[in-house]
Amino acid sequence: MIGSFSWTHLWYLVDSIWWTVVLSLLAFVLGSIGGFGVMLARISTRTWLRNMALLYIECIQGIPLLILLFIVYFGLSVYGFALPALVAAGIAMMVYTSAYLGDIWRGCVEAMPKPQWEASECLSLTRWQTLRLVIIPQATRLSLPPTIGFLVQLIKMTSLASVIGFVELTRAGQIINNSIFQPFLVFTVVGTFYFLLCYPLSRWSASMERKLNVSNR
Amino acid sequence: MNFSLDFSSLAPYWPVFLRGAWLTLKMTTVAVVVGVCIGVVIAFAKSSRNLLVARACGAYIEAVRNTPFLVQIFLLYFGLASLGVHMPTFAAAVLAMIINIAAYAAEIIRAGIDSVPRGQIEAAECLGLSTWRIRWHVMLQPAIERVYPALTSQFLLMMQASAMASQISAEELTAIANTVQSDTFRSLETYIVVAALYLVLSVLVKLLAYGVGEYIFKRRRTIRRAALLARRSAHATLPHLPMASAAGALTPMSHVPFIHGVSKPRDVVEGSVS
Amino acid sequence: MSAIANPASAAVSAPAAIVAPIIKVDQITKSFGANQVLKGVSFEVARGEMIAIIGASGSGKSTALRCIDRLETIDSGAIEVAGIRVDDPAVDLHLLRREVGIVFQSYNLFPHLNVLENVMLALRHVKNQSKSEAQKVALAALAQVGLDEKAGAYPEQLSGGQQQRVAIARSLAMAPKVMLFDEVTSALDPQLTGEVLRVMEDLAAGGMTMILVTHEMNFAKRVADRIIYMHQGRVWEVGPGDMLDNPQTPELKAFLAADL
Repeated sequence: MIGSFSWTHLWYLVDSIWWTVVLSLLAFVLGSIGGFGVMLARISTRTWLRNMALLYIECIQGIPLLILLFIVYFGLSVYGFALPALVAAGIAMMVYTSAYLGDIWRGCVEAMPKPQWEASECLSLTRWQTLRLVIIPQATRLSLPPTIGFLVQLIKMTSLASVIGFVELTRAGQIINNSIFQPFLVFTVVGTFYFLLCYPLSRWSASMERKLNVSNR
Repeated sequence: MNFSLDFSSLAPYWPVFLRGAWLTLKMTTVAVVVGVCIGVVIAFAKSSRNLLVARACGAYIEAVRNTPFLVQIFLLYFGLASLGVHMPTFAAAVLAMIINIAAYAAEIIRAGIDSVPRGQIEAAECLGLSTWRIRWHVMLQPAIERVYPALTSQFLLMMQASAMASQISAEELTAIANTVQSDTFRSLETYIVVAALYLVLSVLVKLLAYGVGEYIFKRRRTIRRAALLARRSAHATLPHLPMASAAGALTPMSHVPFIHGVSKPRDVVEGSVS
Repeated sequence: MSAIANPASAAVSAPAAIVAPIIKVDQITKSFGANQVLKGVSFEVARGEMIAIIGASGSGKSTALRCIDRLETIDSGAIEVAGIRVDDPAVDLHLLRREVGIVFQSYNLFPHLNVLENVMLALRHVKNQSKSEAQKVALAALAQVGLDEKAGAYPEQLSGGQQQRVAIARSLAMAPKVMLFDEVTSALDPQLTGEVLRVMEDLAAGGMTMILVTHEMNFAKRVADRIIYMHQGRVWEVGPGDMLDNPQTPELKAFLAADL
């Protein structure tokens, strides 16, 4: 029965945005902590640590998030954990985020000029102190545009959680479409909501990048 | 707790997996080739003097980049179906990928084109070259070399995005994984195998992209070869150190500084000294 | 006294114009926003003449040169090159640019093409010559500037002087009637300037009509048929090379003193 798109449907979609935001933030915050660790491992003086981190990043970046999601979801359920979809999606996206952010942040830290390290060494700061007091504060400014850019990616990626049944914005759209059969209207509304979430962040990232380039000239 | 992973039951499915990998590669390659061509057109159209065209291109790019690919696929496939247009799932997936990648490629290429110095475009204009000749020879060719790494990354990202086509039942590697795991009940093993296959595909694509890049950008080859030749000939002309004297002891070479005498007053200004 | 805005009345001997002037610049004005850069510039160039335009930065000399090849449009006045009215809004730019070659301060070679391809590009796509034909013409032009053995090199492998000579060959290959040089040695080290100036001297001796905007006073004095000194958007003094030994106006006197 082709039904009509009513206010109830709209509210259902708006409600589900909350879960999209929750999943995004969960993945971003936890993934940032992981990513920081990955970044430190990648710039470590110990070769085995560097190579392990490199392997981790290359593996995670080389497989689709959907496959990673399935591995976490099915994998953990095989071992007897009956996970709610949110937790499985959260873990998968946290791993995904940690690899990408780790790589982005490593790039920003390595972009810091060598003389900064040399100056700190000559002041007899330890490696960890140099990182904490000199390198990371400067690298943070450089890393903001790509990090925000990745956050936009992440928000879009939460749509994959719909595949394992987590009811976020996309899944809500699918549920409504399955009852009223108006895919054009429903998914356009869904797309618009994602656009409203992502576009301001994209613009913010672009304007930060412009300001950085102006100051660097 | 069942900790044992059993890959053996997947063994007979190897041809199926390989077929899936091939389909994924085919889908991605077609989409990227067509998508980049369209992306080039949109990149130039975005700086068109016609405001409507420029704004429309800008709106298209922002719409695609700020909405999830999964929603784009659903909109295309189910949306068109509801309007009576029924396409095969492979075609629908490729079309969605083309629309997606054209937007990203347009941004990447536009950045490359914008970095061509204005002076070279002026020089080309003053040589009498037509607009499209200038765009191809002077703007696009150097731009593509510059943004080639970014385009390669987009290819890889698109290959991973193709996994989402499984949601409209298009045949590619992830869809095949879903089928195999429902047949064998070995879901974790199946997805691990498929993950490994995606990794292998990734490495293959990176190697291929490197090879293609080396072939088409002969500027890099020529310069690297010349630098290598220069290094080799520099080594060959290094001065040999003087051999030990007959007494068997090397006399230390000490440098005696040249001390200038009283300088004569300069009475002739030679040439124009800047 | 000073010769302002009417060089024809300058009390210096100019070579008698045997042929009609190939370039006629008549009272051109040009403003960039509120800044009027050209305030009524006029001069003529005969076929085979070499004109050097000198002046301080901001005097409008580069702008005047760029207007001749319509890289800038003039606000009023007229420019005619080889019978083509440059200021006509309907002018056929392709026709104009076949007659005029221009060499820039920053060479503007195409970095992704090697030297030979740089020179051949316009020959193949503007003059529609075949690959072998274009190659012959290109190699001849490169030989003329002394760089034919560098045909396979890429611009980044060459020195500044070599790159500038390739840029000259690139314009020369199109067989223009007029060549414009916009401060072509200003970006070069003193050692490299000489090789470029030698090429330009050879071109002049060969009868090419040339206008150069330059800071190389000695070169201009020695080689140019006439020197135009511009000051604040106007032609201030015109004359042959030895004009620089007898500056008539205080502005030119000051300019020459500062330059040395």
